[in-house]
Amino acid sequence: MIVYILCFILFLVGLYGLITRRNLIKIVISLSIMEFSIFILLVLIGYIDGGIAPIIPENVTNPTYVDPLPQAMVLTAIVIGLATTAMLMAIAIRLYRKYRTFDIRDIKNLKG
Amino acid sequence: MKGMSLIVKKVAQLIAGLIFLYGIYIMVHGHLTPGGGFAGGALIAGSYILAILAYGSDTIKLKKEETGTSLTESISIFIALMLAVAGFFIGTKVFFNNYLPSGKIGELISAGVIPLYNIFIGIEVAAALITIFLALIIYKEEIEE
Amino acid sequence: MNSLIPLFVIIPLATAFLIPIIGKITNYFAKTITPIILLALSILSISFLFYGKHESYIIGGWQPVENIPIAIYLVLDGFSCLVLCITSLIGFLVSFYSISYIKKYTSENNFYALFCLMIAGMNGVVLSGDIFNLFVFLEISVIASYALVAFGVGKNELEASFKYQVLGNIASFLILFSIALLYWQTKTLNIADISKVLQNYDNSIFLTFTQIILITGFGLKAAIIPFHAWLPDAHSSAPSPISAMLSGVLIKAVGVYVLVRLFFNMFVFTYEIGVLVAVLGTLSMIVGSLLAINQWDIKRLLAYSSISQIGYIMIGFGIGMMILTKGGEASIAVLAIAGSLFHMVNHSVFKGLLFLGAGAIEFRTNTRDMSQLGGLSENMPITSTTSLGASMSISGIPPFNGFFSKLIIIIAAIQGKFYLLALLAVIVSIITLAYFLKFQKSVFYGKNKNYKNIKEVPFAMSFSMIILVILCIGLSVLAIPSIREVILDQAVSSLINMDHYINLVIQY
Repeated sequence: MIVYILCFILFLVGLYGLITRRNLIKIVISLSIMEFSIFILLVLIGYIDGGIAPIIPENVTNPTYVDPLPQAMVLTAIVIGLATTAMLMAIAIRLYRKYRTFDIRDIKNLKG
Repeated sequence: MKGMSLIVKKVAQLIAGLIFLYGIYIMVHGHLTPGGGFAGGALIAGSYILAILAYGSDTIKLKKEETGTSLTESISIFIALMLAVAGFFIGTKVFFNNYLPSGKIGELISAGVIPLYNIFIGIEVAAALITIFLALIIYKEEIEE
Repeated sequence: MNSLIPLFVIIPLATAFLIPIIGKITNYFAKTITPIILLALSILSISFLFYGKHESYIIGGWQPVENIPIAIYLVLDGFSCLVLCITSLIGFLVSFYSISYIKKYTSENNFYALFCLMIAGMNGVVLSGDIFNLFVFLEISVIASYALVAFGVGKNELEASFKYQVLGNIASFLILFSIALLYWQTKTLNIADISKVLQNYDNSIFLTFTQIILITGFGLKAAIIPFHAWLPDAHSSAPSPISAMLSGVLIKAVGVYVLVRLFFNMFVFTYEIGVLVAVLGTLSMIVGSLLAINQWDIKRLLAYSSISQIGYIMIGFGIGMMILTKGGEASIAVLAIAGSLFHMVNHSVFKGLLFLGAGAIEFRTNTRDMSQLGGLSENMPITSTTSLGASMSISGIPPFNGFFSKLIIIIAAIQGKFYLLALLAVIVSIITLAYFLKFQKSVFYGKNKNYKNIKEVPFAMSFSMIILVILCIGLSVLAIPSIREVILDQAVSSLINMDHYINLVIQY
């Protein structure tokens, strides 16, 4: 149970960073932390105590496997996360080029 | 963008090739061991990025490289899609059909089309990661000028 | 096994990858191939709609084991077919419009490649019968849209895109979280299979928690009112064809469609969820229209009005849910849901047309500020007439399609004894008329102050707008009962009969 709570705390750490930080890059990092807390939850869901990797072993009969589907889901989600992070970084660098700062308090053109 | 010190250059020179080979190993054995196209491609891109960071390069050269990698990316992902589409015409005629013989479990050449997917996805991921890296570095260079 | 369904994903995806390759050789490839494939797809989807094709497709040919589906399924039923029609048809018109419009930007190839990627993602979301696969396609389409919003690389575009991305990413995390929770409880990812498992599942607190997280996630994607902060910025900063695509199709395909699909076909929805959907819809409808009145930027006004119209759609579904769970007359629920679907189709047509009109104005005058414009009806007769048609349609004036869809929703509300909702819908309709009159008056009529000698837009742009205004009048025929039964009631029946969807995937 404690691991699930730790996972939730990691999510809250990301959320805290997202709300309090004023730097574009730090916002991106906070988003990544939130994302990875969900990945950890997904892996935990598939975990079975004493399970082995789901590859057919030579001499073992009736082995206990961990659930491979959440692992496949996490791999896919990591790829998606890579794409979103790269996109955010590209936009952040473009913004830096326009405003010469990463501070969101100075980047406020759109209102209302 | 300038290169780093001699120590870094020498170490990078020693390691980059090994990382590249390891990436190919992971990519090709994707259907047998944990890993596969994405992990292998990321390793290959890592070796490449290490070399660029250690030795440095100028912006014009980087832009040229970026054109090449983005083209490689498009071509390899297109081939991977076409491998899937080929399932329409062979065997049971379904999208993503595994139409090659599956072979014996545990051998390198087995599991039908899956190693081919792994290889092309690996090339695609490597090219995509290098493209992202180069694009970000080119922006940074242009800001500093 | 019919092999035409995956084409809706394969063709745009393959085009998106081909454009950067062939685009290196010739510049004309991208702008010719995109409208052609989308026209072909829209003809295909409309033929599916009329033949009433309902079937599922197993990717990879992995047959179910002991009646448990293990492969990824693509499912085509009445509802997804309707949304596919909208995506392909509006996509075709918008891509045709872009041929002229996008000349003012550099790198046209990237634009068309991202556009095809977005279409592929939306078609995938609409067809997918697997909840994680749905998430992957959703991410494909929204990542493409993040890049397209920032396509102009000006200050506003980049800022809007960053805001959109931060909120969109949070929405994605919430969706992924709810998928994880669902998988934890049901040990399956197939929507039909999950719904079968959930039918005899009793941990209602857990289920409600998952449902709330799902509503929050997809509400963020659909920009329902408490989660709307990104929409006015993103939709007004994007290039106009993309605004038309985002407002007309994307928020419906990845927001409303998935919400409705999951709540009607996967969860056993309760009365409380119906109330929640109706309340969120009412809030969006009122607040969106009140915020729109005060805008002087054309596209920002249109973006706020999108929020308000999404509210109408949600209200129809909410009324349907409430009546169905209370055990009221099913025919009223069918009427409400049919009205919602009708309004969804209509909204994508007239909102697409309005954004294209705003794009035409911006194309010639380089401004979106209404106080600077005036008297353009003499210079740009086609843009003026088509925008007038769309404005009348969105504010519900007969004989345009918007009138009939709003009428159906209001009649359903009155028959279901939700008099307050009906009254609010009428009032908001009047407010909508007010701010569209302001838009018409300050842009096309009055005195022409600054732009005396501008011309009408090129053929490609005016062609798309004329087709859309014809659709605005033509879609009114969907209100005739005999035609409604063929098209809309199919979609409604596939929504409210849970077994229909499950039987498509799991053959007993």
